[in-house]
Amino acid sequence: MSEITELLQMYRAMCRIRKVEERLSALHKAGDIPGFIHSSMGQESVAVGISRYLTVRDTIAVTHRGHAQSIAKGLALSALFAELMGREAGTCRGLGGSMHIADSSIGLLGANGIVGGSLPIAAGSALAHKLDGAGNLAVAYFGDGALAEGIFHECINLCALWSLPCLFLCENNGWSEFSPSDEQFSGDLKKFAAAFNVAYHFTEGLDVSAVTQMAEHIIDAIRTTSKPQVFEVSVERFHGHYEGDAQAYRDPVELAAARARDPIAHLREHLLAFGIAASILAQIDVELTVEIEIAVNVARASPVLSTNDAFAMVYAS
Amino acid sequence: MTYGEAIRAALRDAMCSDDHVILMGEDIGVAGGPFGVTSGLLGEFGDQRVLDFPVSEAALVGTAYGAALCGYKPVVEIMFMDFATLAMDAIVNQAAKAHFMFGGQFSVPMVLRMAHGGDIHLGAQHAQCLEAWFAHIPGLIVVCPSDAADAYDLMRAAIENPNPVVFVENKTLYRTTSAPRNAENKAELGRGRIVLSGNDISVVTYGAGVQWAKDSAANLAVDGIDIEIIDLRTIQPWDEALVLRSLRKTHRIVICHEAVTGFGVGAEIAARLADVGFSDLRAPIRRLGADHMPAAYSPKLESHSRPDSEKLCRAIKEVLSYA
Repeated sequence: MSEITELLQMYRAMCRIRKVEERLSALHKAGDIPGFIHSSMGQESVAVGISRYLTVRDTIAVTHRGHAQSIAKGLALSALFAELMGREAGTCRGLGGSMHIADSSIGLLGANGIVGGSLPIAAGSALAHKLDGAGNLAVAYFGDGALAEGIFHECINLCALWSLPCLFLCENNGWSEFSPSDEQFSGDLKKFAAAFNVAYHFTEGLDVSAVTQMAEHIIDAIRTTSKPQVFEVSVERFHGHYEGDAQAYRDPVELAAARARDPIAHLREHLLAFGIAASILAQIDVELTVEIEIAVNVARASPVLSTNDAFAMVYAS
Repeated sequence: MTYGEAIRAALRDAMCSDDHVILMGEDIGVAGGPFGVTSGLLGEFGDQRVLDFPVSEAALVGTAYGAALCGYKPVVEIMFMDFATLAMDAIVNQAAKAHFMFGGQFSVPMVLRMAHGGDIHLGAQHAQCLEAWFAHIPGLIVVCPSDAADAYDLMRAAIENPNPVVFVENKTLYRTTSAPRNAENKAELGRGRIVLSGNDISVVTYGAGVQWAKDSAANLAVDGIDIEIIDLRTIQPWDEALVLRSLRKTHRIVICHEAVTGFGVGAEIAARLADVGFSDLRAPIRRLGADHMPAAYSPKLESHSRPDSEKLCRAIKEVLSYA
């Protein structure tokens, strides 16, 4: 595959996530999506870069800010919209929502409403992969906000101790909910990894190609060695902690600068400079809009699960 | 066979019949756990089936949950029930909710073994009976066997069950033995057992309380009092039908457990019986549990705060004296 074809694929994948989240934001504002949703706008390059090297048998445990992570792994859009609209056609039949979306068919072990909640799930899944011996791996997506959680320490220790094939993937957006992360964590992830003899890698998320190149190397190494690795990617959080958060706690100049560091705009400029016609990019946009509107309509047509069926879900039989 | 040996036998038999059953816990390997329950299993099944975990309770249960999502059936030893407090996110927010919040896509066939109860003088952080906490959480099953035969059957049933099961082991019972039970009395999840049939009053209990009730029955028989003893065996879901049948016969009831009385298992049962069994009651429902205080280290002080057969006899007589 030529480099340009790959770049166009990644551009489409990132735009798809961005447009889905823009649509989710509008649906949330219109009252069609209840509760909290946490947008990953600005962070799309991480999941897109990583997921290129994951198979359907690899597993991921994702954060509350997990739309990009889930879509990049293969979550069907109609099932995503239906889930977030609380409908039966959602992957979790409308019982989970954005913070608990899961899909067993693609190895998505659930988003999590608990900061750091993804870490032991991925570690446990990595244990299962090791016992299975089939060369699969688990990805623990987490944010810099999880670094101050004790469970992070426990999980990296365990994975290092037992050589579990787990990728600790830190999407560092600099914000721990409503507070700057440097007011929350005095440590350094690189040194933390070193303390456990775990390989550490870092790149800027602005350039999806940089993420992709590093991801290929890292994921290959985890499959080969069955040892955990840490990959930290710095990204920007365009929206608030959740949709509707006006981010009054952020300096407007800093926020504008953050929004200028857009991995999609960055790649778009690169593609145009490479000679790709703007009309080709516009065509991608049109195709994605059509795909998304079809998915939204499928979701809207789905009923809400009956109360009895919901009650029957409490226990497995 | 002792209670502890019965649990070990159930683990061994389950591991032989299903190679996805794995054991996880702190010091469960060479050390065999503080009560010796897993002793010898590392040698028999190897370190890919018996996973000796670092002292990290949150990660212990959290990773067991992750492995359960991926098709394994972990049986986790939480050395003392008190240590489950360190793993409550994994138990309550994650494992208990997964089947529901993921719309039935995943089940969590995980057993959490934990030892509760006092009388071995370990003080306030190694003696708690926290079963009511877990019984309060939709999605969890909670069992507490009172003898070796039930311990075996309930462990096999817990491992086969696709839901997270909190398996409460009473420390004072580990070395007790019981006769094998015939097939029709085999313990199942959700089914209690009439330990002793009687007509004057029902004593509903579980765990160590069953022995207190048996001792009470012998003492009260001298006074011509004929008690019925029900061992709940499963706390969540408890066998309401069995308890109601007993209440319809005796019309009086005492609920006894080692856990602190307030907001406990007895409180739930009493509230339920006051609702659905109101017309069958001829006396107030009495609960007998530990005083509202942590376990004291000093043996004399500890035993003073816990229920025993003497206190149970007194409670029974008081309920019977109600006109």
